Amino acid sequence: MKFRWHRRHWSEIIVKLLMYCSVGLVFASLAVILWTIVSKGLPALTWEMVSQTPKGGFYLGKEGGILNAILGSLYLAGGATLIAFVFSLPLALFLETYLGQSRWANWVRLSLDVLWGIPSIVYGAFGFILMLSLGMRASLLGGILTLALLELPIMVRAMDEVIRRMPYDLEQAALALGSTKWEVASRVVLRQMLSGIVTAILLAFGRGIGDAASVLFTAGYTDSIPTSLMRPAASLPLAVFFQLGTPFPQVQQRAYAAALILTVIVLVVSLGSRFLAAQVGKFSVK
Amino acid sequence: MSNPHIQVCNLNAWYGSQPALKNINLAIPRQQITVIMGPSGCGKTTLLKTFNRFFELTEGARLEGQVLVDGENIYDRAIDETEVRKRIGLLAQRPTVLPMSIYENVAYGMYIHRMKKNAREYKDAVRHYLELAGLWDEVGKRLHDPATALSIGQQQRLCLARGLAVEPEIILGDEPTSALDPISSQHIEKKLLELKDRYTTVIVTHTLRQAKRLADYVVFMYMGEVVEAGPASQVFNHPQQERTQQYLAGMF
Amino acid sequence: MGDFSPTLTQRQAQERTARRVVFVLSALPLVLIIYITAALFTRFWPLLEQYSLWDLLIGTQWYPMQGKFGFLPFITGTLWVTAVGVFLAVPPCLLTAFYLSEYARPLTRVLLKPVLDVLAALPSVIYGVWGVLAVVPFVGNQLRPVFSQYLGWIPLFSSHQPTGYSILAGGIVLAVMIAPFLIAVTYEVLMTAPQDWRLGSLGLGATRWQTIRYVLFRQSLPGILAGVVLGTSRALGETMAVLMVVGNVPQMPRSIFDAAYPLPALIANNYGEMMSVPLYDAALLGAAVLLLVIVLAFNVASTLVLQRVLARR
Repeated sequence: MKFRWHRRHWSEIIVKLLMYCSVGLVFASLAVILWTIVSKGLPALTWEMVSQTPKGGFYLGKEGGILNAILGSLYLAGGATLIAFVFSLPLALFLETYLGQSRWANWVRLSLDVLWGIPSIVYGAFGFILMLSLGMRASLLGGILTLALLELPIMVRAMDEVIRRMPYDLEQAALALGSTKWEVASRVVLRQMLSGIVTAILLAFGRGIGDAASVLFTAGYTDSIPTSLMRPAASLPLAVFFQLGTPFPQVQQRAYAAALILTVIVLVVSLGSRFLAAQVGKFSVK
Repeated sequence: MSNPHIQVCNLNAWYGSQPALKNINLAIPRQQITVIMGPSGCGKTTLLKTFNRFFELTEGARLEGQVLVDGENIYDRAIDETEVRKRIGLLAQRPTVLPMSIYENVAYGMYIHRMKKNAREYKDAVRHYLELAGLWDEVGKRLHDPATALSIGQQQRLCLARGLAVEPEIILGDEPTSALDPISSQHIEKKLLELKDRYTTVIVTHTLRQAKRLADYVVFMYMGEVVEAGPASQVFNHPQQERTQQYLAGMF
Repeated sequence: MGDFSPTLTQRQAQERTARRVVFVLSALPLVLIIYITAALFTRFWPLLEQYSLWDLLIGTQWYPMQGKFGFLPFITGTLWVTAVGVFLAVPPCLLTAFYLSEYARPLTRVLLKPVLDVLAALPSVIYGVWGVLAVVPFVGNQLRPVFSQYLGWIPLFSSHQPTGYSILAGGIVLAVMIAPFLIAVTYEVLMTAPQDWRLGSLGLGATRWQTIRYVLFRQSLPGILAGVVLGTSRALGETMAVLMVVGNVPQMPRSIFDAAYPLPALIANNYGEMMSVPLYDAALLGAAVLLLVIVLAFNVASTLVLQRVLARR
């Protein structure tokens, strides 16, 4: 049984090597991306950037900040997530409880998958022609509605996943203990689902705040802080995109700073959802 | 005992900080059926898993001491654990059929070790080992059906055929009949008895009656220790230790 | 004294209402798909009245001012960038997933999983910034000279332009973007494989890789492929990140070092501007329709293929 080289050992070693390389590659790319954004963005990040709106000559390198885009993005993604949530939760709940594994449920799931796969630029174009036909112009409301369309399938899918994984035994056990149906629904099911729902909301929010293609035509861009649903609103991804496209190095610097701010927001949301899910889901049965 | 097949020297094992085996010294005779018995949680399965290097697959498992097979320490650095597992086959508690056809299940082990040269040889070998496991008459006509379509007793015999196909010297059985119905259990026991003069067999069981039916040599374990080991007639009829006497009397 | 609990008929009526509401709500996704397709198609229609669909699809000239609308360069660009991205992403992602599920210790898994979540959560514009700052110079200054010197005789690797804004840069960015998704799906699929398969195989003296290759991979293939399909449709529609690094030249690409102009980039760059040019608006919405059709057709086709594969088992 002494070790002697067989073909299987060589393949094992080679594959293991390739695996280490792959793992290294994947995690090195993340490190490089974060490093690029931080190293470029940090020097350009000033208090002025996050506390002021663009002043005259901002796009030529004069003073000002991107508060308009930060607030715009939060409004856009927040509004969209709220609307998407209002439709997703009942859809996901009823999909399981009322429709179960029926044919129609499979159609609904299939169409959700298709919606999930529709590129955001298509949502953007659709949102724009919809607004045109309603006589609306690029506005915060238009951006919110388009983003809500984009977030809907993401949210339903994430929720459906959680609900489907709900152990059936759990409900039975609770009922067997003499709980009423209402107690089961409110104490057991909801609690079990809560962490999943929180994750789904934050996942969709993160997607929404980072998406540029869908708000490009529908929300427009403006230098002032949005005050009305019918006025255009700036957003962080577009702030990055537009400023990076200018030929002035000072303005490009700001694009890096904006990218850093966007990254930080998304990371906080992503890690926050993990933390929250862990907190809320502490007592859920895995 | 002269020339034991497996010899365990000062073996200690832990799961995390929990000791599982305490200073085991043991010799297992060649080409006989050795039965390891004891109440549940006494470490008999753990001991069995150290024989084919499955012990280390558990997370946090740690081990000191030696397990010698033909005088060779299988925990030596220069040992190839895949070779160990090829030479020491395992029948698990529940049959672990692979998600393939019946034919492929038997051919799998031979194939990964490149033991046969051509399709003809594989075909003959598959038939041979299915016959040896007493399964050929039942499945010879549907070799290309998925193995999961078999009954659980047939699956266990398929696992036996599959294990024998890689030409091991030692067969380990971790309560190999505990998931089976009485008839299927009988089948397996019969096969093990038929095969015992060709292979060294080590069976873990918690049923005393099965131990009595199968054993040539008996090891009694309790709380991670070997309490008593010896030829079946001696241990069953004249146990030396008080614990063994109590166990045989059905006191725990 | 009345009885306050609702009668049986009342409760049945409630149930019926609830069912109706549920049905309407659950029809929403399907209605949306039909509505989106129809709305885009209606706006595309004026162009189809003037040109035949076939001419638009095989036309290689894009001069909206002169009324030439050839979509082929954009379709080709989309397919090239996606193909390069998926090709680059699949092997390392599968290997990483294999590593995580079969080799890595629980601690490693616990540490690496959030990293993947972070990668998945980063917005595409961030990948775009990274692409502009790091990938484009790398492709332009390092890869391009090396490839054109040693492999330049292969048309696929020849270079016709001096910058790194190219299909390859777009492909690399896409590959990194879909990586977390591919890894997560493959990992999940592998985790559903019963432990018995592993023990059965290892117990015969198979190495871990043999176990993966002959047992786990074969069984997990449909699931993995489904993941690759979803990743690919993601890549097909990705807009911003690709747009920023791919060069955006409406030409027929010949090599991976050529610039290309994928459909999403075409829409994003031009829609909303120059709407005075006749039929321009229709042509851009036509691009959206084409993109939608490509994504849907790819999804449906691969779903059908997968179902057939699964049915054969």
